[in-house]
This record gives sequence, structure tokens and C-alpha cells, in this order.
Amino acid sequence: MADQAQYRRPLHGTQPEYLYPPYRSTVKRSPSQPLIILPQTLTEVTGPVFGHDDVKAGDNDLTHQHAGEPIGERIVVSGRVLDENGKPVRHSLVEIWQANAAGRYPHKNDHHDAPIDPNFTGGGRAMTDEHGRYQFLTIKPGAYPWGNHFNAWRPAHIHFSLFGNAFAQRLVTQMYFPGDPLLPFDPMYTSIPDERARDRLVSTFDWENTTPDHALGYRFDIVLRGRDATPMEK
Amino acid sequence: MSLQMSSSQTIGPYLHIGTDWLNITEVAGADAVGERIGIEGRVYDGNGAPVTDALVELWQADADGNYASAEPPAASGFRGFGRTPTDSTGHFRFGTIMPGRVPGPGGTLQAPHIAVTVFARGLLKHVVTRIYFPDAPGNGEDPLLNAVPAERRGTLIAQALAGKGRYQFDIVFQESPGGRPETVFLDV
Repeated sequence: MADQAQYRRPLHGTQPEYLYPPYRSTVKRSPSQPLIILPQTLTEVTGPVFGHDDVKAGDNDLTHQHAGEPIGERIVVSGRVLDENGKPVRHSLVEIWQANAAGRYPHKNDHHDAPIDPNFTGGGRAMTDEHGRYQFLTIKPGAYPWGNHFNAWRPAHIHFSLFGNAFAQRLVTQMYFPGDPLLPFDPMYTSIPDERARDRLVSTFDWENTTPDHALGYRFDIVLRGRDATPMEK
Repeated sequence: MSLQMSSSQTIGPYLHIGTDWLNITEVAGADAVGERIGIEGRVYDGNGAPVTDALVELWQADADGNYASAEPPAASGFRGFGRTPTDSTGHFRFGTIMPGRVPGPGGTLQAPHIAVTVFARGLLKHVVTRIYFPDAPGNGEDPLLNAVPAERRGTLIAQALAGKGRYQFDIVFQESPGGRPETVFLDV
């Protein structure tokens, strides 16, 4: 059988390195040996398939998971998942999780002295449609302190996990909010060397998806790896 | 059109909130055909300490070497995807079936393997590795195993444990002085 058309490797500087000492946890968790380059095989160009048995209608609404309404500013977060060739990544799983409006996660390891919201858990998921579109209704997350360095605060963010259509497209990232003054001080954000790549993780205010008397819109498009047109040469 | 891939960011410490709903430690359903195996291990950092907030995902072919999303499709009921967070001791465990051999470059067959993705706080991008099996058919001619320096190859091969079909596969992010060797990670 023919060899597989390869998913391209990222442009230099657009991805963080494993070791970035300003983010302290990377020091003992980053591989010290160079990675072994593996030409992609059927294993890497295939990937798990998810569908409506997994994701139910309403799983993308984080504001109606409990008896009452969560506290905070309702937002609609939507966008498209594309590959590097500009093609929509269809019928693929998108997972999100985030802190509540006060910057608190309902998690045993979060000891920040901010209130837990009994009406907000902060996890959701959606499948992209035939145009690669997804949408979530949620609450704008708050900033929160962390122990990385003195007076360290994470900018408000939403965690995104994407499966794409292939093992090689798997991506976990974070979405930030426009104009957040904490961004330049955040070692996760600054771990991305290329400034334009960094900026692409900042969502934009989305007037078209702002719903009257209900919620502000934010747009966040995500690009997964794209594949060359032809199989690799031997 | 030419776009650039979005940048990776760490999964952080609170992954459970977003990922627990899809935890799958029994990769093969009751009707899946093949040799039943169990794979367990721990994730370690460069201090030799267990990583208690990692997420381990598996992707594998069925016993015939077919992937669920490829043609021909995998045997009915076998999706081939597993996911579990590590526990408070850094431990993980999956039950599955031994994967078959899948095509490799140049018309070859790869040795049986399971693709592994690991996420954790402190990993700005995930790491990828593979689980191979001791004395499996094709290990000697597998293109990836042969691309890895012999002295590091062992980190990709699970160890047989006492009991039928039980294997141990530890994942070491970074070698510690006098400690476990660093797992071979792949740029796929």
C-alpha cells in the first residue's frame, strides 16, 4: 500500500518548547532527550471517531448544568476548527473546561480563596459541524492566582481539547480574552516564541454572535495540522 | 490557503473537569475479538516522583490490525481509544486486546503497538510514545524500533508481568540521576 500523506510539522517558533524555565513545572517534566522523528503511518493519520452517542445536545451549554443560573457574565464562545490548508475539520470533538466567574475551579487541588459557584461546574463539549463550526454558552472565567512566582496570576482563559480527525492532529490549548492586562506576565502565554502565534490564542469580541439582552460573543478559531497532498517520498 | 497550526498550551492541573466524562479504561468491549491484555504503569518526572495529574490516552488497532476510522473498518464495537488520568500515586491501568500488525512504510508491516499521548501540568505540549510488546512478531524489523538507538529502545517495550496478558509500561518524562531511563518520545 502507498505510504501516507504527511501532516506538516509546525513552523519554527509557533509552538512552545518543552523546557521553558519561567514556567517552573517544565523544568522537571520536559524531556531532556531529542524526540525521535517518526514518519507518520496509518497509526498517526487515523484517530478516534466520536459522535452523538458521546456528545448530547446541551453538552455545549455550561450555564444550565445545575438547578440555578451561574453567577457571572454570560458569553457565547464560537468559531471554526480548520486545518492548515483552510479546510474545515468536520465532526470532531471539542472539549472545554474553565474556572468560574470568581476564578475558582471546583477541584480538590484548587485552594484559591474565592467562592465556588454551586451552579457552575465549568466543563462542556461539542462536535464540530460540516463547516467545522462549534459553539459554547458559558460564563466569562475569572483570573486566579497560582504558585509559579511571587504574585503570579493566570489571565482569564478557557482550556480547549481537540481531537481533529487524526492522531497527529490532537491539540490541547487555551483561549484568552482580548485586552487582558495579565497576558504579558503569563509564562504559559509567553512560552510561545512567535508573537503572532501567541496573538492567535486571544479570542476577539464577536458582535455577530452577541445575543441581545443575553450574552456577549467571543470568536475563537482553531487551526489543526494540515496534510500534504501527496504521500511522502521514500 | 495556508494557515498555521494553533499553539499548544498545557492541560493544567484541573483537566478532570473537562475530560473525566470520557474516561475509558476498558478499551475493548465484551464482544471485541482478540487476546485480552492489561497494561499498567506509572508516570514519573525528572525527580523520580510520580506524576499524579497526568492524562494518558491510547489509540490502537483491533486484533486484525484495522483502525476504527480507517478502511477497512475495525471489527464491530472496537473503537480503539482509551483515556485515564493518573491516580494519586501516578498510576494508570487499561484493559484492552493485543493489537494486530498495521501497515508501515514501503509496504511493510509494523510490529503490534499502541500509540500513547500524555498530557500534564508542566508539559506545554503533549508527549507521544508507543507501547510495543516483548517478543512480538515483527519487533526485529519494525521501522520505528530500528530508528531508536538500541540502548534506549527498551523504554518502548512493555514488560511482561506475572499473570497472563499483564504488562507494565512506565512513562518517564525526564531521566533522573541514578533513576529510571527517560522514555523515548516521538515527533510524529
